[in-house]
Amino acid sequence: MNFTPAGYSLLPVLPEIVLAVGAMVLLMVGAFRGQRSTPLVVTLAIALLILTGVLQCHYLPAGKLTTFGGSFVVDGYARFLKILVLLGSAATLLISYGFLSERPRRIFEYAILILVSTVGMMLLVSAGDLIMLYLGLELMSLSLYVVAASNRDDVKSTEAGLKYFVLGALASGMMLYGMSLIYGFTGTVNFTGIAAAAKSGSIGVAFGLVFLLAGLCFKVSAVPFHMWTPDVYEGAPTPITAFFSSAPKVAAFAIFVRVVLTAFPNVTHEWQQIVVFVSIASMALGSFGAIGQRNIKRMMAYSSIGHMGFALVGLAAGTPEGVQGVILYLVIYTVMTFGVFTLILAMKRNGHAMEEISDFAGLSRTNPVLAFLCAMLLFSLAGIPPLAGFFAKFYVFTAAIKAGMITLSVIGVLSSVVGAFYYLNVIKVMYFDEQAGATDAVRIELGTVVVVSALFNMLFFVYPGPLVGAATAAAKSLF
Amino acid sequence: MMTWPILSVVTFLPAVGALLIWLMARGGDEAAARNARWIALWTTLINFAISLILVVRFDPTQAGFQFVEEGRWLTSTIAYKMGVDGISLPFVILTTALLPLCIIASWKSVTNRVPAYMMAFLILEALMVGTFSALDLLLFYVFFEGGLIPMFLIIGVWGGPRRVYATFKFFLYTLLGSVLMLLAIMALYWNAGTTDIPTLMTTAVPRNLQTWAWLAFFASFAVKMPMWPVHTWLPDAHVEAPTAGSVILAAILLKMGGYGFLRFSLPMFPLASHDFAPLVFTLSAIAIVYTSLVALMQEDMKKLIAYSSVAHMGFVTMGIFAGTMQGVAGGVFQMVSHGLVSGALFLCVGVVYDRMHTREIAAYGGVVNRMPLYAFVFLTFTMANVGLPGTSGFVGEFLTLIGTFKVSIPTAFFATLGVILSAAYALWLYRKIVFGALVKPSLASIKDLTFREVVTLGPLLVLTILFGFYPKPLLDFSAASVQQLVTNYSHAITAVKAAALMQ
Repeated sequence: MNFTPAGYSLLPVLPEIVLAVGAMVLLMVGAFRGQRSTPLVVTLAIALLILTGVLQCHYLPAGKLTTFGGSFVVDGYARFLKILVLLGSAATLLISYGFLSERPRRIFEYAILILVSTVGMMLLVSAGDLIMLYLGLELMSLSLYVVAASNRDDVKSTEAGLKYFVLGALASGMMLYGMSLIYGFTGTVNFTGIAAAAKSGSIGVAFGLVFLLAGLCFKVSAVPFHMWTPDVYEGAPTPITAFFSSAPKVAAFAIFVRVVLTAFPNVTHEWQQIVVFVSIASMALGSFGAIGQRNIKRMMAYSSIGHMGFALVGLAAGTPEGVQGVILYLVIYTVMTFGVFTLILAMKRNGHAMEEISDFAGLSRTNPVLAFLCAMLLFSLAGIPPLAGFFAKFYVFTAAIKAGMITLSVIGVLSSVVGAFYYLNVIKVMYFDEQAGATDAVRIELGTVVVVSALFNMLFFVYPGPLVGAATAAAKSLF
Repeated sequence: MMTWPILSVVTFLPAVGALLIWLMARGGDEAAARNARWIALWTTLINFAISLILVVRFDPTQAGFQFVEEGRWLTSTIAYKMGVDGISLPFVILTTALLPLCIIASWKSVTNRVPAYMMAFLILEALMVGTFSALDLLLFYVFFEGGLIPMFLIIGVWGGPRRVYATFKFFLYTLLGSVLMLLAIMALYWNAGTTDIPTLMTTAVPRNLQTWAWLAFFASFAVKMPMWPVHTWLPDAHVEAPTAGSVILAAILLKMGGYGFLRFSLPMFPLASHDFAPLVFTLSAIAIVYTSLVALMQEDMKKLIAYSSVAHMGFVTMGIFAGTMQGVAGGVFQMVSHGLVSGALFLCVGVVYDRMHTREIAAYGGVVNRMPLYAFVFLTFTMANVGLPGTSGFVGEFLTLIGTFKVSIPTAFFATLGVILSAAYALWLYRKIVFGALVKPSLASIKDLTFREVVTLGPLLVLTILFGFYPKPLLDFSAASVQQLVTNYSHAITAVKAAALMQ
């Protein structure tokens, strides 16, 4: 088959087209069959995501593909992260069955919005110029603003949606401003074109870069653009919080890395100092900010800020090892954090969600298996070997050490020790404190997700070869 | 020569045992607890038996690593590599030998969440054996740090009233020291292109990197050892930990610090070790004198023994950084001996604690009247702790002292003062608890050692006396490896001195 209308090959975007068209079809299904079709739409949406993943893996020819005049790039890097994004979205839908089963929340649009934002993420990961970057980012974000408020009767949820929207719009505005500056000073929006035109010392490019990075930092919730994170994480329904911390983070981080490395390789010094500052600030604020939290979702929001700081350490190195570290960090972090949020979602007492850390008291007696899995995930988030979280940190810091960034690394590992404190605190509540009452039975699909993610974390060290190799190959394709 | 991966078996068999407990000892009833105990005991006993095969097959005349196993792990340069030499094998055996005793010691005293307790100990054993037999730096780090998780839970779940404070302090202190070491490991990786320990030992490290890497490793091992002034986590952890936890902590976890100095600091950074030796000597001398004085003031039995551990570890660091044959061999010997003696002393405390549920020294007195056997056993270990000739404690202290004497007379002088002080606090403790009239009514019906307690303390008693009179087997065991270490160390230093003279 040969998809080349108007001279543009459509083959590289085939998975995205299938996903977008599929989302429209499912919208029709939902519109004609009403809200009772929600479970069906969700199931079909999962199937669609899997189909897209299969197309992505097996149908596209190997090697680097570009289309739309270079604004859409499919390379090893994009392929790897798209799979991760698709997995994150599919897992989100999987854990949403319970949330969507109650009458006022039988909203099939939820699944459609997640699919549409996934299309946005895939475009974002593959973006080869600033226009595609912006389109992808907005397609992703607009859907996210809506799903954040999908618990319509809940004040906190609507507040989260609104807050996210207002701040997100502000960030988009800044980013557009930065893009226009970059375009003005380099005369092109294409990353490779910018790379050729941008020279060190150009004040206009430096300004544009700052605004562009500010917008991207907002999306990955890095300090100082992190303010929305705790409120949105706390207010949004838990499956959506799990989603926020996984697939959109991966996509935004992916484009962050791609932009600075492919569009600004000649102004490394300029972006490197920004990334180093943002990284240090995120690690420190994430670690210290989480200590005082009582709500576990807020705590995880600060943890997410801190983890983005760690991932940025790999980017700060700006080397293939660094990108490999970032990719591994994203994979492992996504799995860990998704596991934790699913666990929070699964924990109910008499039908009510348990979101205060004190609700977890004595969980090791009432539900030892869940408590053990939770402890493993938390130890992994703290970066204690032999769990996967340790290897994530190992790779980013190794890259930073090789690049000679000793101070950054020392600050990083020290803040990881501070960070360990609040994870330990949750484990302490679960294992050392007196129990607070029995928990409800765990829904089977939630239990499965938690077990899979915990096992991944516990057993990563046994056979890390394939994942590490794939990440290495993906990172190489950017250079 | 090798037919089966014996070291991997010794390392991972306890983990298999833990899995078995998880599978077979479900539920919180008495039957599950009993099953868990027996599975744990058999696993540790079998593991000990297998580790004895290592002793039999070990060739003490070779200085290099034996039983080497290698497999792919992260990349081709960060591999799964295991092996032991004369320095690490004694610690492997010490670990496998003490674990069954710990399980027996916890037989009756732990009644709460027994399967989880046994699993934590088995996982800990796997990680400890792995730490001593890893031949890849990153693998070592994984085992070394991984041990924090089970120990955190052991102190936190089964510990005393201030267990949360103690276990957090333990965890965060150790982690803080170790993450700096991790950065140094990465720097060494990029310097040599591999984390293979035998390769790293022969790779020259630039002077500047040596200094920083030495300090980073020192941060980790000094906390673990623990050396003054970063020892403050140890008394808290010891006091709150359950008896078996204290035994493991004193007998094995502390040895990881000394082992680290021997395995990494001395061979990989000889110049930095030489430069920093005065620092280590000073800290060791302070540790020996100061913590001995602190021990004199304690009212809690476990705290007293914990401070005495810090003092004894001072002898080890002093001996190691003396860099002489006697000093290093004495350091190894002292570590093994302290493993036996301090482990036994904590068991002795556990014996009376199980009966009286207090560790306060003032609550005891005159127990010799009711517990003659206990008084005898406790006396032997107290004397070994003091370093009385005829016990293993003497050999270690004596060797480290002569080793240091050749290098730094003031350090040896102050360390010898510590020997006197240790006699003071140990005898004082013994007198307060065992001698005197039995006037306290609560002690009137206290019972002597049970058969189970004799089984745990007996082997340690025999070994303490045996190594005291005839230390040759243990010294010969590690002699070749220690000799090689010392030779390489002095070569590296004389080479630099010669180069400096040439200029």
